[in-house]
Amino acid sequence: MIAELGHFSLVLALGLAIIQAILPMIGAARQDDRMMMLGRPAAYGQFLFCLLAFLALTYSYIISDFSVTVVAENSNSLKPLLYKISGVWGNHEGSILLWVLLLALYSALVAFFGRKLPKSLHARVLSVQALVGVGFYLFMLLTSNPFNRLINIPIEGNGMNPLLQDPGLAFHPPFLYLGYVGLSVAFSFAIAALIEGRVDPAWARWVRPWTLLAWVFLSIGIVVGSIWAYYELGWGGWWGWDPVENASFMPWLVATALVHSAIVVEKRNTLKSWTVLLAIIAFSFSLLGTFIVRSGILTSVHAFAVDPRRGMFILLFLGLVIGGSFLLFAIRSDKLRTGGLFAPISRESGLVINNLFLSVAAAVVLYGTMHPLLSDALFGIKSSVGAPFFNLVFSWLMIPLVMIMGLGVHLRWKRADIKGILQRLRVIIGLSFLAILMTLYATRGGDIMSSVWLGISVWLLLSMLQELGHRIKLFQVPFRNSMSRLRRQPRSVWGMSLGHIGFAIALIGIVFSASWNLEVQKVLKIGQSLNIGAYTVTLKNVIPVAGPNYSAIRGIVDVTSKNGEHYTAYPESRTYITSATTTTEGDIKTSLSGDLFIVIGQNEGQDMWGMRIYYKPMQIWLWIGALIMVLGGFMSLTDRRYRVGSPENRKTRNGKAGSGKTGNAKTANKASQRSKTRKEAHVH
Amino acid sequence: MSIRRFLPLLVFIGLFIALMVGLSLNPREIPSARINKSVPEFSLPSLKGDGVGLSSEIIKNSKKIVLVNFFASWCGACRIEHPFLMKLSKMSKANGIVLYGISYKDKPANSLTFLNKFGNPYVRVGVDLKGRTAINFGVTGTPETYIIKNGIIRYQHIGPIYGTQIKDMILPMIKKLQQEGKP
Repeated sequence: MIAELGHFSLVLALGLAIIQAILPMIGAARQDDRMMMLGRPAAYGQFLFCLLAFLALTYSYIISDFSVTVVAENSNSLKPLLYKISGVWGNHEGSILLWVLLLALYSALVAFFGRKLPKSLHARVLSVQALVGVGFYLFMLLTSNPFNRLINIPIEGNGMNPLLQDPGLAFHPPFLYLGYVGLSVAFSFAIAALIEGRVDPAWARWVRPWTLLAWVFLSIGIVVGSIWAYYELGWGGWWGWDPVENASFMPWLVATALVHSAIVVEKRNTLKSWTVLLAIIAFSFSLLGTFIVRSGILTSVHAFAVDPRRGMFILLFLGLVIGGSFLLFAIRSDKLRTGGLFAPISRESGLVINNLFLSVAAAVVLYGTMHPLLSDALFGIKSSVGAPFFNLVFSWLMIPLVMIMGLGVHLRWKRADIKGILQRLRVIIGLSFLAILMTLYATRGGDIMSSVWLGISVWLLLSMLQELGHRIKLFQVPFRNSMSRLRRQPRSVWGMSLGHIGFAIALIGIVFSASWNLEVQKVLKIGQSLNIGAYTVTLKNVIPVAGPNYSAIRGIVDVTSKNGEHYTAYPESRTYITSATTTTEGDIKTSLSGDLFIVIGQNEGQDMWGMRIYYKPMQIWLWIGALIMVLGGFMSLTDRRYRVGSPENRKTRNGKAGSGKTGNAKTANKASQRSKTRKEAHVH
Repeated sequence: MSIRRFLPLLVFIGLFIALMVGLSLNPREIPSARINKSVPEFSLPSLKGDGVGLSSEIIKNSKKIVLVNFFASWCGACRIEHPFLMKLSKMSKANGIVLYGISYKDKPANSLTFLNKFGNPYVRVGVDLKGRTAINFGVTGTPETYIIKNGIIRYQHIGPIYGTQIKDMILPMIKKLQQEGKP
């Protein structure tokens, strides 16, 4: 009964999505207010029914209703409640339902917060949003209905892939999807703008926070996924350039570019058609990612649903949406030309170069991901480019990007004085070179690439700190004065600084853990020890353990370090009973200076066990840096300027009512505020 | 309207066509791609390193139904499967089958320890240290078992054979294959 209600809600949501897709679009063309207004209630209704469907499916999981096919296939009455719920999206049907639910959620949010948008733009955005939704509803109802019933009801369900039974993974897909689907908003705005034939700074000010929001979620999703890979899979790695990982990395790269190019549109009213194109590409990568994962077209360690009919459906849908958007872009983007001019050395140029490198990076990932498929389809050769290809290309490609990042933040709009900036940064440039030389010395000249990378990471970090110091006039005015300046910096400045500083810190973590990690693989007899770096590891004993739905062997490992640290590690190797799958639960001791990662392998004879031990220096800084980046994104998002629905509030901002709340906004760049006020004038 | 603006569309069309072709031929079909095809050519050394352990010739020349099982000492699921393979091995004469093993990406010494400790169900074992042969077979992981008649792969079993699968799946499949071509 509940499942049928869910199914019915889904059909109703489809109906509302169709209305939302067609009527407002026609209304906008005819300037018919009543038809345009329909978009909003339709969006609310669509979300409501989609949510009902989702809740119905969740309920079926919670009560373990095995008459529902997906529940029987993916759940199990013995599973803890958390995993019953996360099981909802741990499979093909459910994850598509989550996708479309989030799409409807974003629709409803745009409907709500966009009330102050020009009517026709608002109507068109909602319509495009719903159009994408219609595709997904049809996909679900026609090829992967989550509410299908079984005729022979099993007594017990089939369980879930035990690898997925991890709190990190339970919440990894929702974040990733919030990011993927969040990019749909920028996409809808881009398509609507192409139809309107108009992109202006106000448009960019609407697009940017939505993109930033998607970027933040996408970042969280990627980081959680990578942490999960690191801690759970026992690969000792956090990134494998796997097709599914790449599928999330490509939209992230493009979204990063988009977040930056939208600033140029907003502040300088130029780079418009490029920004629109990026918005289309970003969401196209989201769709492509969904296609790659859902069609199983590329073999991947993330094996998911494999069904040719589904693959074909998504591919055709993809062709329609992406092909149609690019066609529209080709025909209509001429209208978007013009805008402010800028000198070759200016902040605009810096951002253009940033965009260039990020786009090339995304293209490289796309090529590498598609390579096996392309070579097979075009030449009949089975080959793939692996992690070495990506690592090599990225380690070169990112060097100029990071160098320019460190410089770009000091550049002024329109025209910048490069000499003065280099003058100001000479100490930092010197320190960065010193870092390179010191690393070369410490590694006996062994690793030039790592030294260069460490050098430019240091360069970026110091350069960002210098920029912040410059803003608050550190050491030029009394310290207390500087601190109060620091507090008064607008949130967007905080966001920018934190974002870039976080990136620099993450880079330093990556360089250390990738360049100077240690790895020992050895068979140890109980009682034997081995040395790795400053640690001595002794295998004390191995005991069998029984878990709730697995059996395991647990190593008892004594660890001592030269600086007096002493602890016992308990690495496990688990075998899940229902699916006969083995997972390793490595013991990881994390500290700021590095991680010691102990994995127990197979029995190699009487009391002999295969052990793998890694030491990853400064690994944690990668996550800390990523966290700071995400925090920066959030900060920027809360900037008064971008607070969704804020354009109409500008009076309070310029007004004299300088209460504590509006204080930080008041210091926002005066010039840009004036230009904004002008632009907003012709929005309304 | 400049041509430049059509560039994204053209690139996408190219990609779309490749995806279209890719979807129709592709690695997606691994589980069935090798079905009804001839056993890939290979010749693997034995565990002790004294000559050929297993080769496509040996399989093709066999008059019996051949089962080729990919295993590894490091593979947990293989341990679960192992007692069932021992059982199958004991029944092999009566059922007119022969069970061969290929040790997958596993040091011969480790495979030997594994077989010495738990028993050896295989008539012959080949060592596929680099996993090349496994790729040609279209192995998705260990353990995996192929049922071969007259050098043609007829069935691929992904994951361990355990529980009642021998009685319910494997033996009936073999019976069916043996009945084929008989009046």
